[in-house]
Amino acid sequence: MNRHVPPPVTTLTVNGSEAVVASAPYRRLSAVLREEFGLPGTKVGCDAGDCGACTVLVDGEPVCACLTAVGQVNGASITTIEGLKRDGSLSRLQDAFLQFGAAQCGICTPGMLMSAAALLASGTVPDRNQVEDALGGVLCRCTGYAKIIDAVLFAAGSNTVAPVDAAQQAVGKAIRRVDGNPKVDGQERFGADSIPAAALMAKVIRSPHHHAAFELGDVDRFVADHPGIVAVMTAADIPGVNRHGVIPQFADQPVFAETEARHRGEAVAMVVGEADAIADLKSEDFPVSWTELPHVLVCDDAMAADAPRLHETRPGNVMVEGLVQKGDVSAGLKKSTHIVERQFSTPFIEHAYIEPESGWAVRDGDTVTIHASTQAPHMDRDAMAAIMDLDVGQVRIVPTACGGGFGSKLDISMQPFIALAAWKLDRPCGIVYTRQESMRSSTKRHPSQITLKAGCDSEGRITGFDFKGHFNTGAYASWGPTVANRVPVHASGPFHIASYRAHSIAVHTHCPPSGAFRGFGVPQSAIAQECVFDELADAAGIDRLEFRLINALADGLPTATGQVFQSGVGITACLEALRAPWRKARKSAADFNAGRSHLRKGVGLGTCWYGCGNTSLPNPSTMKIGVTGDGRIVLHQGAVDIGQGASTVMVQIAADSLGVPVDAISLQSADTAITPDAGKTSASRQTFVSGNATRLSGEALRASILRHANVTGDAVIRIDGQALVITEGAGERRIDLAVLAPDSEGYVFRAEETYDPPTTPLDENGQGSPYAVFGYGAQMMELTVDTRLGTVTLDRLTAAHDVGRAINPLLVEGQIEGGVAQGIGMALMEDFQPGRTENLHDYLIPTIGDMPEVNSIIVEVPDPHGPYGAKGLGEHVLIPTAPSILNAIRDATGACVRHLPATPDKVMAAIKEVSGNG
Amino acid sequence: MERYAQPTSVKEAVELLATDGWVMLAGGTDFYPGLGEGPVSGPVLDISRIDDLRGISRDDDNAGWHIGALATWTQLVRADHLPPAFNCLKQAALEVGSVQIQNRATIVGNICNASPAADGVPTLLVLDAQVELTSARATRRMVLGEFLQGNRKTARRPDEIVTGIFIPDTGARGASAFFKLGSRRYLVISIAMVAARLDLDGAGLVTSAAVSIGACSVVAQRLPRLEAELAGAGAADVASVPEARHLDGLSPIDDVRAPAGYRLEAALEGVRRALAACAEVRS
Repeated sequence: MNRHVPPPVTTLTVNGSEAVVASAPYRRLSAVLREEFGLPGTKVGCDAGDCGACTVLVDGEPVCACLTAVGQVNGASITTIEGLKRDGSLSRLQDAFLQFGAAQCGICTPGMLMSAAALLASGTVPDRNQVEDALGGVLCRCTGYAKIIDAVLFAAGSNTVAPVDAAQQAVGKAIRRVDGNPKVDGQERFGADSIPAAALMAKVIRSPHHHAAFELGDVDRFVADHPGIVAVMTAADIPGVNRHGVIPQFADQPVFAETEARHRGEAVAMVVGEADAIADLKSEDFPVSWTELPHVLVCDDAMAADAPRLHETRPGNVMVEGLVQKGDVSAGLKKSTHIVERQFSTPFIEHAYIEPESGWAVRDGDTVTIHASTQAPHMDRDAMAAIMDLDVGQVRIVPTACGGGFGSKLDISMQPFIALAAWKLDRPCGIVYTRQESMRSSTKRHPSQITLKAGCDSEGRITGFDFKGHFNTGAYASWGPTVANRVPVHASGPFHIASYRAHSIAVHTHCPPSGAFRGFGVPQSAIAQECVFDELADAAGIDRLEFRLINALADGLPTATGQVFQSGVGITACLEALRAPWRKARKSAADFNAGRSHLRKGVGLGTCWYGCGNTSLPNPSTMKIGVTGDGRIVLHQGAVDIGQGASTVMVQIAADSLGVPVDAISLQSADTAITPDAGKTSASRQTFVSGNATRLSGEALRASILRHANVTGDAVIRIDGQALVITEGAGERRIDLAVLAPDSEGYVFRAEETYDPPTTPLDENGQGSPYAVFGYGAQMMELTVDTRLGTVTLDRLTAAHDVGRAINPLLVEGQIEGGVAQGIGMALMEDFQPGRTENLHDYLIPTIGDMPEVNSIIVEVPDPHGPYGAKGLGEHVLIPTAPSILNAIRDATGACVRHLPATPDKVMAAIKEVSGNG
Repeated sequence: MERYAQPTSVKEAVELLATDGWVMLAGGTDFYPGLGEGPVSGPVLDISRIDDLRGISRDDDNAGWHIGALATWTQLVRADHLPPAFNCLKQAALEVGSVQIQNRATIVGNICNASPAADGVPTLLVLDAQVELTSARATRRMVLGEFLQGNRKTARRPDEIVTGIFIPDTGARGASAFFKLGSRRYLVISIAMVAARLDLDGAGLVTSAAVSIGACSVVAQRLPRLEAELAGAGAADVASVPEARHLDGLSPIDDVRAPAGYRLEAALEGVRRALAACAEVRS
């Protein structure tokens, strides 16, 4: 009896073309499309059906390609994002995504577009709920979904209101992203999308324990026994220093652990081999033995006298402390009429970008080039040079498209593995982290434990503010020192407080390193400050919004660090913008609650301020712009666009500062060999710092052109073929570019300018001018609490953000909506637990159905330093959201949730506490 | 390369199953996540080409309804020939993961995966579902509550294939409703689930009731005491019958999704809401 039923030959029609599949029939359709069919537009974010990025249409129905065996779709017609164009042009749906700014980083965009395409093809004219149902299976971490919904409704004809699309104007205009097309037609190439087919692949062996000693077994035998495996590499193979860290004086993290692993997910070795062999590798076959050692996972345990010490030079496991103090806090609190003291805690928050860490490296003689997803190419270059024992000139970083960063891709992750393999084996080597591996090993938002005691007088003026916060910084430093510094500077919120003390302590534990995550600790501290302010306002009998206005920072008033801004302080303007919506929402909630249902409505406020750029440290950005002999204007834009829109903003600024339309500017994106160092994409600094560098470069280029033409500053510059035409009044000068001598890069005119924001160091009491500019904001959440279940439904969020000058209002709204989504996740559901929530179904981030309606109010209080008055925005936007939710829950029910996330059980427990029914 | 077979008949499939340690593949939505970070390992028996396992159909001979092993949640939602008692199952279908998952995942796969939080199980329990199993030697049928033996544990023997689910007409009477509680709107594993089905007489009094709770014990459970006490209740009063004591047999766990105590509270509230929804359909 022949039991071996031969699987039939698999034939697919992909985007209209029929082909026979060579891959094994049980291979995931996603892998086959990407690798065998060369269609990497279909993204892989989780390989578990949790993120939907891999959505394709099988006979018109959306499915997760990662959960579909290719042998099961034999004979089917498959449509991927590469097949969405119609007659070579973008479909109406794709175009709507660009028009509405629905794609930010672009990694979820294929899944969104395919899901939406299936909905539109069904012939229904959907309403918002139907769009949400159709797109509910695709996670987005950037956009907050609002613009995606708008774009789909528009494409479906359900919503005819489109944003203004003014392609010929620059600063202040909601132009489309200059880098948008590849994001909607499947041509964008992220870290995993351009690995050469012949490249080796690397697989990292990681600790399964929080803390463990280890010994490697017979790795030579392992290599010999596994055909296609080429090498095993460990700490011993690192040519330079086996240590890195984004803050040099704290650098403490090994590429490979040497004798013991200090957190679950720490790398101990790497297996390199042919792609098929690595794909078939079972990590459990790798010869390594583990001896578990005692571990500590929370600050209290780590600071205990008998706790195992993570780093010899850091007693008590304290890495660093931060302090800002002024006035006499004890005296201030003593004279307070009302005092509130509360404790708060927040868990690890995972960045959950949909693109896991990935990239590839290639050696070319004495240089190694790393093509990878990153937020900080020049920092990567310097770190890699030290690890590889090379000169910085021998390391080239070419960032791929970045499928979400939010701070975690500021640190190097996979870069050393692929560079080491490529260097030593002299073959290109790629790597793609699994979702679990990404979550286990990447940095996180610091868990916090905060105690805040604050008081006010009978008029509601804050009289004393005493803040102490412990921050779990994990096994290695990463950006922990930055968090420790930023928190005390910002813990006051955008308020004037004469007697102030804020003390932060960063504590090591056997957890993944805590690092940078949108706000560097400030979202955690703002929760404490904003919730305590609400209680103080109530104690003083003052409206909560007016209470904030009474205490609001203003021009001429000192911040907690004693810095005084003479102009540009925008918090009052933001709060005033909320006054009418606040009164209306409060009235509406009160009317609803008079109906005595088990549903209760509430309204809550949160505010923010956030310093743009490094804290009291040099933070330069350099931009270059040139005109080629053949009449192209090229902007060397090294400020990595991770979806937020830096490339578009820089082009808009370049256009206006030079005096040409945006479409006259060609973009050269980040590449350490070609673009000057614009600094890292972090600290909400690119629009402000790099925007200024761009403005200065544009102005310098304009000046040199006008000088050449011997005309005044009012002249108009225009490109005409291979000539520049300069018009001044009735006169016209024509500069024939082709006859000018080009420099080594082909430029006949060029300018390169640097901007470094003016700051001063902080003294031992944290006094000084840490930032040249702050941005401000205030948000108001309206929500409904089901008091029988503790569930929270978010109804509407009104966000007023002072951006100084909105270079691109569409991008500003996108940042607000996306930041709000992350704030919602932090408030209501996100909780990373090492070893427990290392995937995207146990670790929950908001879906399209969890977002309220978001109304953005753009406030423009110009900053004297900012380009055209602009301030940063990227991180500000998520800070007020979580406190606004907690305050609204309290407004609705009286229940105070102070230990995040406010899951239904915690809300229910808090409701019982106030109703005396628990 | 691993072995892979794609039989086209149940007979072929069970002949294969009689021999090796096959891993079964149908919709794939549990198969692939089950691999974790590892490769496909072991021989794969792909049953997706067995036409006899498709469809949701009327079985007049046995007075009931048959859900084939390959019927997907989407097919269930679109099946417009089913009696109103199936509404709870359709509501559950729409809560399974996402549209992408519903398009591939099978109802039978959901019970074979035997997760304590399986979305389909509470509703199938109130529909008095029976599970049909076939091996090369024999065919048998058992009630769902017996088939599910624990967390990821079923009564299916290694040589058996679940060919379908049978819903007797007696289990498909009246109105039904489903309640699911999770921490977000889509793609969420339940904190607690409730399914309820009420059959009311002409006077609006309950003649029979079926209530079950999922995600609060290793296997979702019916609440027989509550069901008995609901008999005779008026439609307007059904939501006030459930009390905490009716949930005594459950044993929820504390985990990252919720503590045990809260699960019970939420489940009780869910029971009240599901019963009220059933009664509302009637009125």
